[in-house]
Amino acid sequence: MTLISTRRNDTVKVVSHNPLVWFARRILSGVAVVWAAATFTFLVQCLMPGDRAQIVINVRSGDVGPAPAAELATINAKYGFDQPLAVQYGKYILRILHGDLGESYQQHRPVAAIIAEQIGPTIVLAIAALLMAWVIAILTTLLIAGRDNIWSKLLSGAQIFLATAPPYWLATILLVVFAVNLRIFPVVGESSPMGLVLPTLALALELSGFFGQVVLNEFTRVLEQPFVTSARTRGMSDFGVRLHHVLRHAALPGVTLSGWALGKLLSGAILIEIVFARQGLGGVLVAATSSRDVPIVSGAVLISAGLFVTVSLIVDLSYRMLDPRIRLT
Amino acid sequence: MSQVRPKPVSQQADLLTVDSLRVSFGREIAEKAVVRSMSFSLRPGRCLAIVGESGSGKSVTARALVGLAGRHADVHARQLSFDGTDLIGLNDRGWRRIRGNEIGFVLQDALVALDPLRQIGKEIGEGLLLHGAVSSREELAQRVIALLELVGVPEPETKAQQLPHQLSGGQRQRALIAAALALDPRVLIADEPTTALDVVAQAHVLALLEETKKRGKALILISHDLAVVSRVADEILVMQRGEVVERGTAAELFKDPRHPYTRQLLDAVPSGRPRGSRLSPSTIVRSPGRQTQPPVQSLPKSRPILLEATSLVKHFKGPDGTLRAAVDGVSFELRSGETLGIVGESGSGKSTMARMILALDEPDEGAVQFAGRPWTTLAERERRARRRSISIIYQDPLGSFDPRWTVGRIISDSLSSDVETRRKRQERVIELLDMVGLSQALLDRRPLELSGGQRQRVAIARAIAPNPAVIVCDEPVSALDVSIQAQVLDLLGDLKDHLGISYLFISHDLSVVRHISDRVIVMRRGRIVDSGPTEEIFRNPLSEYTKSLIAAMPRLVREQEIGQSSTILEEGIA
Repeated sequence: MTLISTRRNDTVKVVSHNPLVWFARRILSGVAVVWAAATFTFLVQCLMPGDRAQIVINVRSGDVGPAPAAELATINAKYGFDQPLAVQYGKYILRILHGDLGESYQQHRPVAAIIAEQIGPTIVLAIAALLMAWVIAILTTLLIAGRDNIWSKLLSGAQIFLATAPPYWLATILLVVFAVNLRIFPVVGESSPMGLVLPTLALALELSGFFGQVVLNEFTRVLEQPFVTSARTRGMSDFGVRLHHVLRHAALPGVTLSGWALGKLLSGAILIEIVFARQGLGGVLVAATSSRDVPIVSGAVLISAGLFVTVSLIVDLSYRMLDPRIRLT
Repeated sequence: MSQVRPKPVSQQADLLTVDSLRVSFGREIAEKAVVRSMSFSLRPGRCLAIVGESGSGKSVTARALVGLAGRHADVHARQLSFDGTDLIGLNDRGWRRIRGNEIGFVLQDALVALDPLRQIGKEIGEGLLLHGAVSSREELAQRVIALLELVGVPEPETKAQQLPHQLSGGQRQRALIAAALALDPRVLIADEPTTALDVVAQAHVLALLEETKKRGKALILISHDLAVVSRVADEILVMQRGEVVERGTAAELFKDPRHPYTRQLLDAVPSGRPRGSRLSPSTIVRSPGRQTQPPVQSLPKSRPILLEATSLVKHFKGPDGTLRAAVDGVSFELRSGETLGIVGESGSGKSTMARMILALDEPDEGAVQFAGRPWTTLAERERRARRRSISIIYQDPLGSFDPRWTVGRIISDSLSSDVETRRKRQERVIELLDMVGLSQALLDRRPLELSGGQRQRVAIARAIAPNPAVIVCDEPVSALDVSIQAQVLDLLGDLKDHLGISYLFISHDLSVVRHISDRVIVMRRGRIVDSGPTEEIFRNPLSEYTKSLIAAMPRLVREQEIGQSSTILEEGIA
């Protein structure tokens, strides 16, 4: 941390004190990450085994046999596969800068449009799951941390169980219990808020167990800190201290994890979407992967990289808000 | 077994009454309770001090008075009452009305007793908000600033917006006291309020507490240091292993201590005792196979120069990005067999200098010579072979040990590789333990299983293991209770006599430095403001700064002095 770096005398790091400088640096490094992802997807497309024009024709026609040379030449000319790699790369990057992620081999439509149609529900699902995971983790922690009774042991045990249970298995259990047997929630494929509950829960439960354990450990540690007793000597209640003092400290490691968690949630959402037959990126990606529709997969990789960069920026910003020491040292 | 003297006839009603308090944890049997048969009463405008070493039960007693002795604590008392309210069996709501409102509590160590993520002002205002003492934001802000002014924190508007780590140690302690005083409680309990502060800050905090007492508050002061409480306390309880072994007024205790433990605590205070005299009753240093040399009394100039620092300069980048000189042109020499004390408040550049002496940091300008040869200017590879000749003892030994290593391994690790066989190494480790007064039964213990004093002894054994010529002691006794501090100081003195080691002794505590050093350097803001033979410096300090430091030294206030002290502290807040 910055505190230590200023005390360690040999290599005093100059901490950027101007928040704007810090922000600009973060944006630049984010752009670099996305660029690297773009380069990576480009290389994957070029280096994949097999002739690309041949793949395109096969994807379209559904045949597997070799195509006539004339047909291959048309495709090569259309997609620019016959140009030098450097030129192809330059054009590819330029197109991305214009928001053009290429065209799906199968659907003959711009990749950007296909992803844009489908990504909404996936993001809603992922964010809903993240929020729910946080709410569950915080509520259980506030209640059980530092208390030594049967409920705290049970809940803590449940957290570990949830953290290790596979989400698609949880999803199936939830479906059977709440949708099929109890008929509280719709079974599959509904995009109403009610339809969101079970998939969100299936995704969030695993993460809430994980968050819960991380937050709980930190929470228990902070509860023993003298400033907690200090607040109690001013007449604050036990619960008040937990809410006003301890939670903020305990949330810090959880916030750091949230960036990683959202990435995990996005990939988890794809599985859950299949289980619940929900609309979203999941279906599109599964179809595209199995039919080698490379532009869609590449586009999804690129969009995910962009999302990930944005989320980590948000996480860092909120960390700075929770821990003012970072801003000020 | 407490030695009770007749109590003075009380004028005012008692505010706080404690009769036969017993605090135990878990399944402890009554005889082994952490606090046993504790009784006292407190009136407004009076100060009661509870004195004893760590683990004697003083902090637990204090916490029991606000109902926060701990979740597993079992608190019993024949009577425990505040202004007629029975505190035994009080429910949580009742306690919350008392805490902060009627009894203010200042916890030990302000750095961790203030929430590190919250602004000072919020922390101080918390009590006001909790008890509904303010009706608007403006009023809250005004009250917070007024409180900071009351405790003498400079620039209260700015400080209220800052975080604890941005304040100096003294300011933090004041802010913590301000938080405890927010609701104008009738009783203020302060647990080790001056420990870990340098002398000047310490004197100011004591003056603040004295002032608080004069405003009619009842004060309970907890400390391991009799010298610290002697100025403020009207009555002193001496605690040992959970029991009050002696009680009386400050004057009575100092003039005629009856219990051996009280005497031991009094003897442990280094100030005002002739230099070279022992501070602790028994420190046995055995050095087998060595002829005991008579203690070195005076140091002839002819002794060879061991370390020589010439015009050391070290810059750091400040928070605003500008360069600041932490050490600014410091020159000194350390002669063989000599102890050179380096005094200064926190931030005066002492530790930066120590790092340069150890060649952990390279000076920006100037150089250190060791045994007549270049030292800091060498390449690390050339220096490594000679590194064993300079050891270090840190303030916090625990942080300098690998918690998973045993004592035996810690010491053995710093033995020279010349000691080849396993048996010889083991023998040497035991010999070293013996020299620092530890039994070989501790060989397999881990650092966390040792007491604070034992840890510092292990650190000393580790420091002398490679037969160094110089040991840099960086605040080696600052984290210890006075009685333990006394033993460690005696040990360092004995080792120097036996082994002929030279010490570079860094401390903020003048009385400690005075006790152990042959010569003293006083540092302020990276520069030397005074230097010379110890007694000369203390008798005739040249700079105003040294004068103010010496004036701020806590000393045992004997009977005749009571009432005429406390005027020396009003100048020079850093």
